[in-house]
This record gives sequence, structure tokens and C-alpha cells, in this order.
Amino acid sequence: MSTWHSYFKEKGQAPDWPYPIRFEQEQEIDTDVLVIGGGIAGCWAAISAARQGLNVALVEKGDTVRSGAGGPGCDHWCNAPANPLSNVDPDEWAQHMADRPYCNGIGIQIQCRENFDTLLELEQMGGKIRDTKDEYVGAEGRDDKTKFMISPRYTKVHSYVPWAIKPTTFKSNPDQKLNNVVIRVWGSTFKPVLKKECKRLGVKIFDRVMATSLLTEKGVQGGRVIGATGVNNRTGEFMIFKSKATILSTAGAGSIWLISTELGGYCNMMSRTITGDGTVMAWKAGADLTTMESSGVLRIATGHKHKWYTGAGDASYENVPLVDANGKRLPLPIQGWVDAGAMVASPEVDNKIREGILKGEYALPFYGDFPAMPEVERKATWNLMLGEESTTKIIIKTFNEAGYNPGRDLLQSYKFIEGNSLPQWGEAGYGGGILVDWDLKTTLDGLYAAGTQMFAPEDHSYAAATGRYAGRKAAAYARQIGKSKISREQVDREKARVYAPIKRTSGVEWKELHAGIARVMQYYVSEFKTGSLFNMALDVLKRIEGESVPLLFALDPHKLLRSLEDLSLLTYAQIIIQAMKARKASSAPLNFRRIDYPALDPPEWNKFITIKQENGKVKTGELPLTFWGNMKNQYEARNKDYTGVYKRK
Amino acid sequence: MTQKKISAVPNVATPSAPVIFNPDICDGCNTCVEVCQIDVFMPNPEKGKPPIILHPDECWYGGCCVNDCPRPGAIKFNWPLQQRGYWKNKATGEVHQI
Ligand SMILES: Cc1cc2nc3c(=O)[nH]c(=O)nc-3n(C[C@H](O)[C@H](O)[C@H](O)COP(=O)(O)OP(=O)(O)OC[C@H]3O[C@@H](n4cnc5c(N)ncnc54)[C@H](O)[C@@H]3O)c2cc1C
Ligand code: SF4
Ligand code: SF4
Repeated sequence: MSTWHSYFKEKGQAPDWPYPIRFEQEQEIDTDVLVIGGGIAGCWAAISAARQGLNVALVEKGDTVRSGAGGPGCDHWCNAPANPLSNVDPDEWAQHMADRPYCNGIGIQIQCRENFDTLLELEQMGGKIRDTKDEYVGAEGRDDKTKFMISPRYTKVHSYVPWAIKPTTFKSNPDQKLNNVVIRVWGSTFKPVLKKECKRLGVKIFDRVMATSLLTEKGVQGGRVIGATGVNNRTGEFMIFKSKATILSTAGAGSIWLISTELGGYCNMMSRTITGDGTVMAWKAGADLTTMESSGVLRIATGHKHKWYTGAGDASYENVPLVDANGKRLPLPIQGWVDAGAMVASPEVDNKIREGILKGEYALPFYGDFPAMPEVERKATWNLMLGEESTTKIIIKTFNEAGYNPGRDLLQSYKFIEGNSLPQWGEAGYGGGILVDWDLKTTLDGLYAAGTQMFAPEDHSYAAATGRYAGRKAAAYARQIGKSKISREQVDREKARVYAPIKRTSGVEWKELHAGIARVMQYYVSEFKTGSLFNMALDVLKRIEGESVPLLFALDPHKLLRSLEDLSLLTYAQIIIQAMKARKASSAPLNFRRIDYPALDPPEWNKFITIKQENGKVKTGELPLTFWGNMKNQYEARNKDYTGVYKRK
Repeated sequence: MTQKKISAVPNVATPSAPVIFNPDICDGCNTCVEVCQIDVFMPNPEKGKPPIILHPDECWYGGCCVNDCPRPGAIKFNWPLQQRGYWKNKATGEVHQI
């Protein structure tokens, strides 16, 4: 009797809603610093603001203990050139990583300077970052003195995609020793200790609350941000937060392209809970966004693809040599020590294998040849790397329990047999986010951003280090500013919007709306990008807004949450298209190709396009590609008071 | 044969059960309910009983519910059929699936 249907069959009735219902009731919270999104960046922001002695409130849609993309774990602490085993200078490494066009040089500099301190603080809290139990003695990259485990990633090749970044000889590493900038960690220990530290420091945590809008001074667009609203997704209670400084850390939007009315949990590399809320809140409040026109490629999604991360097992990369069905080695990079960092095969290699398959040279399916690996490396890959990397932990567990033995068995790879992602499933909008300055302040006073919420995000340690930094800067701001009165009219407007779906019991439900939005993106904002299709997309999305949204219905607080997420996606989709319209050129690094402007990266378009709303109208602007200036100098000028690793009291 | 009452119910969501509880081991502590970022489960109205899977179709397959359960064997992951991985014994060539 553990499914709804079996309960119904047995009891003859549906279970009652398990939580008290408080639709329309209000709770008001007064705080110095408000953090929205309790994932990796949000937890770190809350902790670092609370260390400054201020009152901090943290709002999280799920439960902070395991929420977000990094909730289940993390096995690679990337870009940590300040670690004692690194052979490159942090500033030089940062500069090198920031050589990629349309990256975020500010965030990268913060990451490279501060993420090793951040990691040591994690250890203080109880996170596991070293091989303290001597399980991997003899593994390559293990330092016997510090017991740190260096990962092969980036040791020689400095990117997942080896051809995307030019090879360099670092001045700080003239002998070309291994760079040693990525550390293997036991990240499944991280999220619970972050929540514990928040509590220890007195952070007020509001779990199961979805923030829905930002409150601004006098309730006007472009005004200073002075709080936020939210709704509890178990009780339906309305939350009003008043704050001096607010940090957005709700990451990006994960499923704007994917249609599956059956698999509502589908996602890509981000958590299912990531639906563009923070970006949309900032947009409505009048903050500048940038790189919203960029696209990723769909790599993983429950039900669609068979990758490690969201379902079943796939030995398509990461340390394991791949062989064909007859045991013949494939010319794919291993990413482990052998290839020292390469992770993805070049298109030429992929093509060669494809042709080989058709000619009978390689037999499908392919397999990850775990038994061929040296034992300690196999153990480090299976138990530590895959055992700790977020959603892979459960994959390892289920495989082990089902009788898989990496020392004996080949693990099937789904490369080629599952096909490539359809081009229209490109996760456009990935890489887009809120524009920030050297304080990680947005273009609105009182509003900060961290982690994947910012434009051009990177990874876990990036989210952690930028969260920690934003917390510090927001606290400094909050310390010198008074409170403002919130606009009751703005609150009432938001309340009416939030509760509209619960006033109806039939019409359009959230899954249909989600699929409807995704379909528009698949038709008109896909491989064939051009101005006339963008305009059609905007027309249809407007029609959805005018005709379907007024029919949206939600039967309980949970379905209300999903409905409100769809409303975020609907706006997010429109922002993406507005940004795409504004870039009248194609661009390789942005993975953005327009039929009407086919020239790739013409020099006059090598710039950031910024986009915001002013008096409800879309306004675009531009910024030079390295608008942040000299990274080292800018960072140092603003962080003279930085005290390094926190001394726990 | 006694015919049980049949109610009219909508289709079952797909996949219908991302996890399977063992009611003999599970003590209804609801840790899994709390760690789930999606709120797939709700606590069972009867105290001490396994949670009820309310939103199985929204599962992210991140596995925290199983990983964090304090009672080994109380909750087992149940990959949907289309997501079940394969492996092959290198020596014998025998193919298995989760
Ligand atoms: C399978 C997988 C494996 C990965 N492995 C690694 C790795 O080994 N190394 C690495 O560096 N990176 C890895 N990553 C990436 C890493 O997890 C992310 O970069 C990191 O979690 C980003 O942190 P964040 O705080 O920006 O976002 P998240 O951690 O996703 O946090 C965002 C939070 O905001 C909350 N939220 C969203 N909307 C709202 C709202 N409206 N109101 C309140 N709260 C809201 C969400 O619930 C969530 O908790 C992996 C990711 C995945 C999915
Ligand atoms: S399955 Fe485990 S975590 Fe969930 S209620 Fe039962 S004992 Fe608790
Ligand atoms: S796998 Fe994750 S999303 Fe699915 S039920 Fe378990 S905790 Fe919830």
C-alpha cells in the first residue's frame, strides 16, 4: 500500500492532504539578509552572511538538506589552483579559464582564489575531502601526506571539450607538470553539513517555500530590492520577507525544451526544481540579464537519455576505456590519467566510429571496460568518483545490489545506440543569467546573485565560492543600510497572481502548460533560428499567456508550486527569445546560429548583450567581452579585508 | 468469487513507483519524505507505516530517499523499465540487466 492507487484501492478513498491548508494566510519575516534558493550557492551565502553576525533567512523550494543539483553529492572540486598540490598560479589559471568567450571572469577569479579556502571550511563542518581512511593508497593523484586525491581532470587538457580551449604553457608551470587543479571529494557528505552549519549559525531556514517575486522600494520596477514573497508548497501559506539585502541563488531553468507529460521529473544537468524562478523575479524587478541567447546541448534527462546522471548507467566517458561488443578498444578519450583531462571525443573521432559501425568495423553495443583498469583506479572511479557524484551514487548502489561487479563485468554504454539529442532540444537559455559586478551585486540596489543564477555559470565549487563571496558582500551592504517600507499594493498584486490557479478545479493543468511552452520552443526556437520564427514564438507565447494561463488550475499546494514554476518558464522562454532577437549575428561559443545572420562571430558582435525591462518595456544594452577588467587587480582592490579560512568559534 | 468494489480512477502516472518500500523494515520515520527535493512522497496517515508515493511521475531519480534511509532494506530503488542499465560478464559474455 505505498502508491496512491493502492491506498485508494484499499481504503476506498483518497488520503487527506497531509499538511494544514493555509491558502491566503500571511506570515511576515524581517531579516537583514535574505537568501533565495538553498542549493550550494545559497547555503554558502547564508553561512557567510551569518558569520558576519547578521540575521539571515534562507528560502528553499525543497528541503535544504538535499536540495539542488549538488544535493545528492559532488565528486569533482574543480578549478582549485590554490590547493597545495597545484602546479599553476591561481591568477594565471583563472585568466586562462576566462579566455573562453562569454564566460564570467568575475566568478572565475573568485572561484580560483577562494574555493580551496571554501573546501577547507567544508572539512571543518564535517564534509569529507581527503582519503582519511586510506582506501585509495596507491591511486594515481593521491598525495600520501595530505591524503588529497587529485583528479586527472584538467591535469593536461584544460576543458571537458579538448578543442574548445587553446593549449597553454603556464608561466607558473614552465616544466609542464600536471596542473593538479581538480580535487576528488566525497560530496555526498556536503549538503547535510551545510544545512547543519546554517542552523548552528542561527540562519532561519524556510524549507518547502517557493519564492515568487521580489519586492522593490515603492513597488516600482528598477527600485531597490527590499524583500520577496513566497508560497509554502505544502500548506499554501503566503510568505512576506522584508530584507536589507537579498541574494538570488535559484540556479537557471532546466526543462524549457522538454516535452513529456508523463515524466514530469525530466530535467537536464540541473535539478528538477530549477525553473528559472530567480531569473524571472530579477527580470520583473528590472535587473539586467545577459547571455540569455546562448544554448547548450541536451545531455541528460530522465526518460530521454541514458546517462549516468539521471537514470541507469552509462560508461560513455570518465576514466573507463570503451570497447565494442567484441572487446575491441574504441579510439575515444578516457578522460582519466591516460588522456589527462579530455572528456569528449572530437567530432572527427565520433564520425570515424560512426562509419566504423556502419562498415562492421565496430560492433554495437559498446561497453565500459572496468575489468581492464588497474584495481585501485577502478575502485577510485567506481566507488569514489561515481559513488559520490550526485545522482550517480544511487546508480552505483543499485548496480552493486543487482550483482554487477566492476572487476568482472563490462558496463554497457549507450553511446550511438541512443542517438544524439535532437537539435531542438538544445537547452537554450543555459548559460544565461543575471548580470553582476565585482561585488556580485546585480544592477539593482540591494540585490545580489551567486552560483548558476549568474550569467555563464560553472560548477559546484564555483557555486560554493561565489555564494560565500556574495554572502560577505551582501552583509557589508546590509550593515550600512536602513529598512524600507514594503508596498502593500505590490504584495496584493502578487498574491492575486499566485493564488489564481487554486480558484479553479478544471481547465489547463501544469503538465499541459509545460508541454505547450516546450512545444513552442521546439517549433520556433530550434535548429532553424530566424527573426520571423522568433516573432511567431513570441506571438504564441503571448497567446498562451492570454488564453491558457487564465485557465490554469491547481488542486493542492504542490500542484500550485508546479503551476507557478510553469509561469516562470513561460516568462523565461520570452526572455530567451527577446535576447535572441537582440543578437543579430551567429556565434559559435554561444551555440547560436541564425539563418538570417549566418556569419559566425563577426567582430562587431563580439560583446555581451544585456537585456532588462524598464517600465515594462524590453531594453537591451551591450558590454565588452571582458568588461570586468584586469581580474587579479580588480579582485585584490575589492578584497583587501578578506580573511581566508573561517576560524570556527 | 467475491467481486470487490471497483471504483473509477484515472490512469496511473508513469513511472508509477520510483521506489519500493518494505513495510516489514520501514518504520515510517519519514526521513525519505523530508530529503526528497521534489516532494514525491507524503507521510502515511497511519503512523509507523511507509510513506505514500504521491507524485511518482515527478521523481528526479537522484536517489536521496534511498541513500539517506536509516533502515537498510526499507526502501529500494526501482528504475523505470526504460532506464534499466545492462552489463556483460567479460569472461562468459552473459548479459544482465538491473
Ligand atoms: C548529476 C550531477 C552531477 C554533478 N557533478 C558535479 C561535480 O562532480 N562537480 C561539480 O563541480 N559540479 C557537479 N555538478 C554541478 C553542480 O551540482 C552545480 O553546479 C551546483 O549544484 C550549482 O549550485 P547552485 O547553488 O547554483 O544551484 P543548485 O545547487 O541547483 O541550487 C539551486 C537551489 O534553488 C532552489 N530554488 C529554485 N527555485 C527556487 C525558488 N523559487 N524559491 C526557493 N528556492 C528555489 C532549488 O530547489 C535548489 O535547491 C553536477 C550536477 C549534476 C546534476
Ligand atoms: S523508507 Fe526509510 S526513510 Fe523512509 S520512512 Fe521508511 S525507514 Fe524512514
Ligand atoms: S529519487 Fe529523489 S526525487 Fe525521486 S523520490 Fe527519491 S528523493 Fe525524491
